[in-house]
Amino acid sequence: MLKWLKNLFSFNFWGVRKNFKLGLYGPPNSGKTTLANRICKDWLDQDLGTVSPIPHETREIQQKESVVIKSKDGKELQFNLVDTPGIATRIDYEDFLKHGMTEKSAKKRAREATKGVIEAIKWLDEVDTVCVVLDATQDPFSQVNVTILGNLQARDIPVVVVANKIDLRRAKMKRVEAAFPQYDIVGISARTGKNMDDFYETLFKLAKR
Amino acid sequence: MVTIQLLPYSEISSLSSIGRIRKILNIAKQNKIVLLQGRLQKEEETELIKATMEEINKEFRGIELAVINPMQGGGLFDGVASFVLGNRAGLTVVGPASVVKKIKKDPHKIELLTNEGKKRRK
Repeated sequence: MLKWLKNLFSFNFWGVRKNFKLGLYGPPNSGKTTLANRICKDWLDQDLGTVSPIPHETREIQQKESVVIKSKDGKELQFNLVDTPGIATRIDYEDFLKHGMTEKSAKKRAREATKGVIEAIKWLDEVDTVCVVLDATQDPFSQVNVTILGNLQARDIPVVVVANKIDLRRAKMKRVEAAFPQYDIVGISARTGKNMDDFYETLFKLAKR
Repeated sequence: MVTIQLLPYSEISSLSSIGRIRKILNIAKQNKIVLLQGRLQKEEETELIKATMEEINKEFRGIELAVINPMQGGGLFDGVASFVLGNRAGLTVVGPASVVKKIKKDPHKIELLTNEGKKRRK
């Protein structure tokens, strides 16, 4: 009831929701923080977090409050951007050693990463709308992707699937579309900014739900 | 050697969500692959991941998880079958990360790649 009332009063004149929490969820290294940085760079001229080729670089929830984006026809959308640690079912410090980390640093990173996953899952209760960010070069059928999407559906949280890294040759948009035919899917490259206009338009559509 | 433990849905049907998750996780922590007849609820799957993260230590590095739900076709028969069978439809595979390297999955097939012979650091 409280959530319903909160939602009712969170729509502006055009029926577009304002001041909601937009969560970025997905497996590690899918580009969630790169996307968060792209959004912040485009609209606030600043970054949100650091990115790295080593998985689990983001190990704590990062928030940017009051991000305001504008549509082509002048509408505004305001939200708090929530970048979450990548969700994984396994975390092995030995995997970090392969990236040249010392054993001590790898163990520390693994410890922090497990806490990050727990935090990300807890935050599912806090977010109003979610972008599930997938790496379009990877197998979309991973159980983590399916579990996150299923969970959001069960909670009735509006969701868009973002197929990231479409600038790479190995990216297969059709494979992502075939895996999740029931969802809105937008292909982007957060790194190069390719298709970001479509992404922002999708956020406006999503905010109306 | 890989040990697979079959878990009929009847063995977890009377348990609470936490009980189901504990049962599956305890088997996986014994380095056995769990083949559950049926599937967990979506929220339980997420809780399983959360519980797994809480248990990770030097010996236990997590799990690989895959669910196959043959009733996902969306047709009338699938809908009726899903309604009748509920969570008993489908198959859930949970393997300890020390044994299962990767589970490749498409909607109707699971391939399980094991870590046989891999020496672990202590």
